[in-house]
Amino acid sequence: MRHTISVLVSNEFGVLSRIAGLFSGRGFNIESLTVAETLDAAVSRMTIVTRGDDKVVEQINKQLNKLISVIKVHDFTGEAHIQRELALIKVSSNQENRAEILSIVDIFRAKVVDVSPRSYTIEITGDEEKIRAITELLRPFGIKEFVSTGRIAMARTPKQR
Amino acid sequence: MKKTGAQTFIECLIKEGVDTVFGFPGGAVLPIYDVLYDEPLRHILVRHEQGAVHMADGYARATGRPGVVIVTSGPGATNTVTGIATAYMDSIPMVVFTGQVPTALIGNDAFQEADIVGITRPCTKHNYLVKDLKDLPRIIKEAFYIATTGRPGPVLVDIPKDIQMASAEYKYPERVHLEGYNPTYKGHSGQVKKAMDFILSSKRPVIYAGGGIILSGAANELKTFATRLGLPVTNTLMGLGGFPGTSPQFMGMLGMHGTFAANMAVMNTDCLIAVGARFDDRVTGKLDEFAPYAGIVHIDIDPTSISKNIMVDIPIVGDVKDVLKEMCELIPPTKALNAFKKGTGDWLKQVDEWGASHKLSYKQEAKGKIKPQFVIEKLYEATKGKAIVTTEVGQNQMWAAQFFKYDRPRTFITSGGLGTMGFGFPAAIGAQVACPNATVIGIAGDGSLQMNIQELATAVQYKLPIKIAILNNQVLGMVRQWQEFFYDKRYSHTCVSVAPDFVKLAEAYGAIGLRATKPDEVALVIKQALAVKDTPVIMDFKVDPFEDVYPMVPSGEPLNKMLLV
Repeated sequence: MRHTISVLVSNEFGVLSRIAGLFSGRGFNIESLTVAETLDAAVSRMTIVTRGDDKVVEQINKQLNKLISVIKVHDFTGEAHIQRELALIKVSSNQENRAEILSIVDIFRAKVVDVSPRSYTIEITGDEEKIRAITELLRPFGIKEFVSTGRIAMARTPKQR
Repeated sequence: MKKTGAQTFIECLIKEGVDTVFGFPGGAVLPIYDVLYDEPLRHILVRHEQGAVHMADGYARATGRPGVVIVTSGPGATNTVTGIATAYMDSIPMVVFTGQVPTALIGNDAFQEADIVGITRPCTKHNYLVKDLKDLPRIIKEAFYIATTGRPGPVLVDIPKDIQMASAEYKYPERVHLEGYNPTYKGHSGQVKKAMDFILSSKRPVIYAGGGIILSGAANELKTFATRLGLPVTNTLMGLGGFPGTSPQFMGMLGMHGTFAANMAVMNTDCLIAVGARFDDRVTGKLDEFAPYAGIVHIDIDPTSISKNIMVDIPIVGDVKDVLKEMCELIPPTKALNAFKKGTGDWLKQVDEWGASHKLSYKQEAKGKIKPQFVIEKLYEATKGKAIVTTEVGQNQMWAAQFFKYDRPRTFITSGGLGTMGFGFPAAIGAQVACPNATVIGIAGDGSLQMNIQELATAVQYKLPIKIAILNNQVLGMVRQWQEFFYDKRYSHTCVSVAPDFVKLAEAYGAIGLRATKPDEVALVIKQALAVKDTPVIMDFKVDPFEDVYPMVPSGEPLNKMLLV
């Protein structure tokens, strides 16, 4: 089962390597990982998407907690939360299909952020399914490039830091 | 007043109560060694950095105080890695200080540069690179705090040379503030109560106690608990000495080379009380057939140890000393206690029968080759068990675990988790440095001993009267045993008969060398060795090369599938 885990860490050099090393050293997998400073510059947040059975995920949580640089670990699984990813999609376009592409962009409330005679670059944010859906609709036009971020997540009930 | 980084460093060590450091100098630690020239604290000069770390480890295991190491950058630092990994696997408190090239050169592939913080990240509890002199006192304080609290472990601090040379005023912090580090010491009361109720409802209980007993200083609590409830006890390799080896309740070690009684008890118990142990594969054998009838209570300070290999029924996260104390308080009054004891009577009888039917044994023929087990028994007799024993790894280690009885904690020092050959000899030096009046015996194989033999010079220099007993079978015995059992006797590269004459070697270093080749010489050699003061002694026992360690649970088999003598 997939889990989205938020990890608050001290914002110090080498901390990413501690987390990545823990996953590789113990054979846990990382599907995506995002890192950025929180409002407190001394603290960073990592959002990790991982996969494993209950026993593995329990170990992941415990092992993360064991690291001295880790302040807090939170697994979003099983609770209401918002999750977002951002993707940039460069899609081939020509005079005949521009309108159709724009209407797809419109439906998904995406944005065209760059235009050239032969392509549109589209920015979309949303959960994984939304991004997959627009990608599938754009695929027939020819996707030239696709770049996406890892996932970030936030619980629906307000949480402190 | 302004102090250099090197002065600050030494003053901080003294404030931490450090009395001894093990080290080897080099370019990147010259400023620190310059301060050490005035002897503000005792420095033991080793002959190889790996030796320094194992000595600090032996020092820590013998005393419970953190071992401290100082080495230079690059090769000095990388030579410590095996020692650090050894301490990490066995949860030994230790702080290793490495010199580093000056800050401005870091990352430039400078002379004797190695990214030791990167290299040791997976084998330290935590590590630091000091980037600013003003952080140094705080980092040292944190390093000792992290190394010695919770589940102990090694911490490495990398100090660039320019930081050692810079000057600043400093204030040593009084306390440590680490947001992400709060070990749990007190067990959850509800869980403790639940565990006690479960134990008291059982008919076939067993205590399986590991190194956590020794690390936590809980030997007395364990003894009280086990004695009052009348529970049979088995120790892991790391736990030996945590419960009196001469107690009638003690079944011996469990696991791959555990006793018949201990392994049978674990396989038939209905209540396994795991205390400060981590269900290592050498203990459990085949995982899904381990302790099939048992409800399991597991007490450990490290949450990651719980339900890692074996799912447990009643986990208690906490310091085993605290938790055992609390459990002792829940022991019921006499009447209920007697009812419990009555209920376990048949089980205890069964455990005794297992013990009596298959004792640890070997056959020493008067005119035959010396049996290695015989040497261990003679060492035990001659010292009356009052010794600190260190071991190397392999057959010597298992025989030392089986045939010497350890009544007190911190008297059996061995590399259990990592299984590091070359550990025992420097560890013996560290233990003797820590306990100058103790009899320290290093039980060695001829293979292992040669991995750090250079430290003989260290032992001679500091006049340490350690007694090294080589069970010299001229083979890498444990590997040879596996080849005999599982590889069709194809003894691939396990013969090490081309070796130095250990008696002459001892003499070459200025130590004393003794040799026994016949059984009736063993006791005499031991007697001579024990009489020596101020000089290390090597006893070279020429033993039977074909002796095997029994019982043995073949890898991947359940514990009750033992090969017996």
